[in-house]
Amino acid sequence: MVRPVVDRRAPLTHEEIARYSRHLIIPDVAMAGQERLKAARVLLVGTGGLGSPLALYLAAAGVGTIGLVDDDVVDASNLQRQIIHGTSDIGVHKVASAKASVLEINPHVEVVEHRTFLTSDNALDIIADYDLVIDGTDNFPTRYLVNDACVLLGKPNVYGSIFRFEGQLSVFWAEEGPCYRCMFPEPPPPGMVPNCAEGGVLGIMAGHIGTAQGIEGIKLIAGIGDPMIGRLGLYDALEQRWTYVKVNKDPACPVCGPEPTVTALIDYEEFCGVPSHDRMVEADLSLAELEILPNEYAEIAGKPDVVLLDVRETHEYEINRIPGAVLIPKDTLPGRLSELDPTKEYVVHCKSGVRSLESTELLRGAGLRARSMRGGINAYSKQVDPSIPVY
Amino acid sequence: MPKVRIPTPLRSFTGGVAEVVVDGTDVREAVANLDVAHPGIGERLLTEDGQVRRFVNVFVRDEDVRFQRGLDTELDEGDTISIVPAVAGG
Repeated sequence: MVRPVVDRRAPLTHEEIARYSRHLIIPDVAMAGQERLKAARVLLVGTGGLGSPLALYLAAAGVGTIGLVDDDVVDASNLQRQIIHGTSDIGVHKVASAKASVLEINPHVEVVEHRTFLTSDNALDIIADYDLVIDGTDNFPTRYLVNDACVLLGKPNVYGSIFRFEGQLSVFWAEEGPCYRCMFPEPPPPGMVPNCAEGGVLGIMAGHIGTAQGIEGIKLIAGIGDPMIGRLGLYDALEQRWTYVKVNKDPACPVCGPEPTVTALIDYEEFCGVPSHDRMVEADLSLAELEILPNEYAEIAGKPDVVLLDVRETHEYEINRIPGAVLIPKDTLPGRLSELDPTKEYVVHCKSGVRSLESTELLRGAGLRARSMRGGINAYSKQVDPSIPVY
Repeated sequence: MPKVRIPTPLRSFTGGVAEVVVDGTDVREAVANLDVAHPGIGERLLTEDGQVRRFVNVFVRDEDVRFQRGLDTELDEGDTISIVPAVAGG
């Protein structure tokens, strides 16, 4: 048991006592716990897959103030897991959509809107106003940013992440145990670990891990139970199994160790080598020479020495394809370079332009002429051939 | 023989299988044998000079080998090696 994160209590109204009755009759929660929940200020970083169940359940549970950080708008591809948003919210700012859902569930909650992405410039100011941070982001740079900011401010950080059928859960609180960097000192190199936009995720995983994070949050606020400090939970949906491993506090941790080398927020995109979002690769001048736009490809598509190479997985090829494309999945490419013809010019594409860029560099390293289609088949559909479905 | 838990991102190497059995008296030997059985997986776990990659965590008896004897951490017959990669989705 650790000290409750929130030591303050906010008195309940009669209406709230009626609403939270099922909490109040649990001896471990009771009035003290519920009044701590009401006094609590919780920041949810991201209102996506994990943020959706978090915001809904924490609001229902009576957390008094919920801060929402995001600067994205609702997209159709979000709705498979981001249940706080509905079909009519497509195109609406996620923070606005989430706030409306929260207030519909519980009008007693105060929602603080932060219509911005969390950055090294704003993170300390935003997080300082909260008791607890729950990390529901979708990318490595923001995960390291959230961690470092929480360590610097002494805030607990409830961590959860998901990929395909797998989830991770822990509580990082440097004053009581290890931090995220103790567990993962360095981010994976770009392209080594696919994100959800590239690799996919079973939507309901967000509910499973997000609600588990919410439970940890409530335990921390109310000071009940045994929070997941120093433990990492690993959930495998295919086997319907949780396993737990120990997370040690690293005495050499650059942020929370006794001799920290990171004492202020850094440039996390540079640290991770990837942008802070899991969507399409944005225009980058340094990539200009490596890339080709979909409409530029359309102009040269018929030429005999131009080959379109699709490096997605077979199951993605079944969803959609650009006519004439040759399919060689990215992971099999290193062993199949001999199938490629040095006299040809290769245009490489994937779903959104990340894997194809990596494959292009591989091809070029092997002496082949190659360019990566910026934005992938989804951009090709939008710019050149709308008859191709976008996924 | 020790068991190895394979995380989702690496299951393409094991034909989708979540748990495999390998021979080995320490983690180094087990990873080498794992790579023989499932070529390519070793490179995802170890750097070129044979160290565990910093974004991959290898657990034996639920404890990170970085805080035990690293790749020299001994294995017993009934041990399970868990491989935990960093994932960031949300």
